[in-house]
Amino acid sequence: MATQHSRSAACMMMAPAVVLLLGWMLVPLIMTLFFSFKKYLPLRGDSLSDGLEWVGFLNYERFISSGSFWPSVQTTLIIVLSVLIITVTLGVLLALLLDQPMWGQGVVRILVIAPFFVMPTVSALVWKNMFMDPINGILAHLWKFFGAEPVLWLSEASLPSIIIIVSWQWLPFATLILLTAIQSLDSEQLEASEIDGAPKLKRFWHIILPHLSRSITIVILIQTIFVLAVFAEIFVTTGGAFGTKTLTYLIFQRVLDSQNIGLGSAGGVYAIILANIVAIFLMRIVGKNLDA
Amino acid sequence: MGRFVLDKVSKSFGDAQVIPPLDLTIEDGEFTVFVGPSGCGKSTLLRLIAGLEDVTSGTVNIDGKEMTDVPPAKRGLSMVFQSYALYPHMSVRKNIAFPLRMAKMDKAEIKKRVEDAASVLNLTDYLDRRPGQLSGGQRQRVAIGRAIVREPSAFLFDEPLSNLDAALRVGMRLEISEMHKRLATTMIYVTHDQVEAMTMADKIVVLQAGVIEQVGSPLELYRSPRNTFVAGFIGSPKMNLLKGAEAEKHGATTIGIRPEHISISHESGMWEGVVGVSEHLGSDSFFHVQCDAFEHPLTVRATGEVELNYGAKIFLTPDLAHLHKFDADGLRL
Repeated sequence: MATQHSRSAACMMMAPAVVLLLGWMLVPLIMTLFFSFKKYLPLRGDSLSDGLEWVGFLNYERFISSGSFWPSVQTTLIIVLSVLIITVTLGVLLALLLDQPMWGQGVVRILVIAPFFVMPTVSALVWKNMFMDPINGILAHLWKFFGAEPVLWLSEASLPSIIIIVSWQWLPFATLILLTAIQSLDSEQLEASEIDGAPKLKRFWHIILPHLSRSITIVILIQTIFVLAVFAEIFVTTGGAFGTKTLTYLIFQRVLDSQNIGLGSAGGVYAIILANIVAIFLMRIVGKNLDA
Repeated sequence: MGRFVLDKVSKSFGDAQVIPPLDLTIEDGEFTVFVGPSGCGKSTLLRLIAGLEDVTSGTVNIDGKEMTDVPPAKRGLSMVFQSYALYPHMSVRKNIAFPLRMAKMDKAEIKKRVEDAASVLNLTDYLDRRPGQLSGGQRQRVAIGRAIVREPSAFLFDEPLSNLDAALRVGMRLEISEMHKRLATTMIYVTHDQVEAMTMADKIVVLQAGVIEQVGSPLELYRSPRNTFVAGFIGSPKMNLLKGAEAEKHGATTIGIRPEHISISHESGMWEGVVGVSEHLGSDSFFHVQCDAFEHPLTVRATGEVELNYGAKIFLTPDLAHLHKFDADGLRL
């Protein structure tokens, strides 16, 4: 039914949405680029109405030569990679578990998905005050119960703590996507492999895991996008201290703490470049699963 | 080897008993077909033999060994599924090799066996394709290839031809029969199509609601069906089952006469009737004839191209030597 006429009509009708979305993305991007080449310190009297001084690549040079830059890139990548490994591994296992017929299946599934509906700020606060608090936290009580010295989670094991919190938030997402994938597996395939002599572990490895590969790819791509920009969890727990300063957090500090919009904008452009490098690597590694 | 003895095997899902206790023996090398209408428990029975379902009571013996609680992988059987159940992410070669890889067979031996199977099944050119790139008939062949490389003690087929078109089905039917003659391995084949059952089987097991109605060779079932269900199920077109005064003349509640055992005459005969719909197949012609003596129309076969007009008045005479008589419970007299 796709005639020339209906196709041009479709273009016309989609145009407003496309233009709006394009504007929505292009305007901030161009503004960021614009500020990154300017000296813009609002507290020192710089303002848009007076006109900003053009400084060339000075902001870029200053951002990258700062001692915090490379550690922050490293922290970001460690968090993203760890969260991906934890959520995908546990997500597959949880999905397998939830696929088993059991009493109260519906309720259990809703409970498993629940953390995804908790706002990042709230869940980070809950973890900070109720679980990881060295005096009142549940984990501290657990440690004490076994006679161990409570861990000062957010200062001594700060990066693992952030990784645990973020993983806890994203695990339901991975589980949910992988569970639906497992449910779409043809049971005759499993039975065939059972008759073909594959024990449980080999059935998982040769049949279930390849079947899940496409969904795992989706989970990895979507989570990478969001975890690269993780912010609230760090803001309400460590505040970027103890080696938990990610690139996003560094940009936030440059713009708001140092009140240097030009420098922060240059950092924003670096963040875009980093995200694209990660995206290219990911598409190379897992993107081929999306074909066919 | 592949001799199966089912002893008082039954299966229930919750409170619903789908297979009441039944006994069945399948001899080594036999081509046995389970046939029955859909929902009669024939697939369940096959899955009990395969070990994919646990029996609720009774025992399954294979080659004299008790196998009731043995997992499917250890029973030495191969199964071909209705959906073929090929592994979509593996090439044809890997699909066929899968059971051998699981058995940790030597690589060279696997390669040889896979290539032998592929050449027998005309799959050599397709070995490196994925199942998704094959036609229905080719997928069917891959599924059979995966079954034969293991050299199992028996093959189990669960309605393997029902997803193929009519022409391909006839071809594959022949190929499976030839394979059975060549390998002389026990085969158990589930189908709802009585033509498949009649053409392929050494032994047919007719099932209804989980109960075995009759076991016998195709011609035994054709010649002397044990009850009205088997009489109506085996043979195409169906046997005419007639009730009423005519049946009582022969001392039965129901009489059965196959379409091919009725002769047509324009002048005289036992029953007078009016021709309804005619079906011409070239080699045969089938007529639906409404007789005064019976409530339902009779199906009559005439050999060759016979023209009878709609509404024509004719006379029918059954061949009394082939008349089947059944009592009030539907059992053969």
